[in-house]
Amino acid sequence: MMAEMEVLHPGLFSSIQDLGRFGFMEYGVPVSGAMDSNAFRVANLLLKNPKDAAVLEITQMGPRLSFSEETQIAVTGAHLSPAINGQPIENNKAYTIFKDQILSFRKRIYGCRSYLAVKGGFRSEKVLNSRSWYDGLTGYLKIEKGMKIPYESGGDSFPDNYSGIKTPDYINSKIVEAFQGPEFENLSEAQRRRLFNDEFSLDQNNNRMGIQFGELLENSLEPILTGPVLPGTVQLTPSGKLIALMRDGQTTGGYPRILQLSENGLNTLAQKVTGEKIRFDLL
Amino acid sequence: MKDFPRIRQMGGRSILIEFEPAINENLLEKLLALKKIIQNYLLKEKVEVINAYNSLLINYSAVIEDVYGEVSRLKNLINEANIQNKIERSLYHIPVCYDDKFGLDMNFLSAEKDLSKTEIIDLHSEPIYTVYFIGFLPGFLYLGGLNKKLHCSRKYQPRLSVEKGAVGIGEKQTGIYPKNSPGGWQIIGNSPVALFDKNSIPPCEISAGDKIKFYSIGLKEHQQISEEVQNGTFQFKAERYDG
Repeated sequence: MMAEMEVLHPGLFSSIQDLGRFGFMEYGVPVSGAMDSNAFRVANLLLKNPKDAAVLEITQMGPRLSFSEETQIAVTGAHLSPAINGQPIENNKAYTIFKDQILSFRKRIYGCRSYLAVKGGFRSEKVLNSRSWYDGLTGYLKIEKGMKIPYESGGDSFPDNYSGIKTPDYINSKIVEAFQGPEFENLSEAQRRRLFNDEFSLDQNNNRMGIQFGELLENSLEPILTGPVLPGTVQLTPSGKLIALMRDGQTTGGYPRILQLSENGLNTLAQKVTGEKIRFDLL
Repeated sequence: MKDFPRIRQMGGRSILIEFEPAINENLLEKLLALKKIIQNYLLKEKVEVINAYNSLLINYSAVIEDVYGEVSRLKNLINEANIQNKIERSLYHIPVCYDDKFGLDMNFLSAEKDLSKTEIIDLHSEPIYTVYFIGFLPGFLYLGGLNKKLHCSRKYQPRLSVEKGAVGIGEKQTGIYPKNSPGGWQIIGNSPVALFDKNSIPPCEISAGDKIKFYSIGLKEHQQISEEVQNGTFQFKAERYDG
């Protein structure tokens, strides 16, 4: 039976995400999908969902949500103090939520992005083979008050004592793993030393498209002929700013691409908030 | 000296193939031919291959287990590739309304370049442009072939919002904004056609290697075509292009 999750309060920024769009970069379409692919995977695993089932990605300040029919849920990734009808629940564990119960989030304990999965996945619209919300493709960019998001209720349920998964260390790690990017070799010895020895802190320009860092890396590299970029490409701008492209990042760019984050590196970076410090580590 | 083509991994799931930095149609033809060869070769592995001016990026659907093996296989494939057949191309005719209602920077450009508006329209709609690739935003065409007389600097202060369909010039490039977005190009007109349709697969009818030519339309025709696009009855004027 089709049921709905209703948004009572939207919180800061939450959007529906899945594995993203594969195969449309040649038309300029960003990949999108969950910023932290590991927490996304675990959320679906806990509910025995298909691996591409759509979840709600919740950023820093969580929403208040009510459920029109009973289902199972799991919350993974950042710890944003989730609670059902005011009773705290744990991350990385499956729970049953009953008809008209309310899921809320409070204080942020760690991490930046939390993932809410429901049994079977959310059934919002599919555009270009994905339910991931992206401005201009899907009808919405983020959840708003009063919005109702469909899910399928029913099917098999299982007891609440389903064994939890331990919180992986990558969320709180400072280390962001990276491969060399195509223009890495153009960096001087001094630039490389600074890139890997210094800490870089996220400035306020950080979102699903890209994350910029406050500290500058003195730069003398020439711009490149516009070339392909990916989620995880770290660009160095003429002013010396480092920009890590994230899941909604553009598909081509003209700044030197000095690093390419690993999937693990992308996931760690996705869990950082403004002001937090990271260090790049070459794989 | 660097040896081209350079074939290297870009992260755990992609391989980047780069040729000497250049913008020309021969290189584009070569890239697109290689793209086909690679797609056929890796048919089973479900990859996507995209091109830019001088590079191809292969995205694999899973982490590449043996990067060195894969790179050397691609090296052999490219070295042995026999690129002869020109790929069939289409020429699309794109209507543009250069009326003052849309051509927000037409007066500026006219003064800056010492050209009349009619001359600007003629210079802009005369060439056959080449679509090098689509990037930046969904459906944004990177076009080559803008007349040197129309090269001009970007706006000092970019607009916070440029209207969908706006036709602009920035440095050596001209293009059409596929959706409302911030932008720094000099705006000379508006095209009512939709270059990107999120509800069809593929979402763009025009692809890398195709040609386009602009033709000037009035306000009335702009309105008419807008309605056709809305109703889904609009069809591009297109023909085979043999160079």
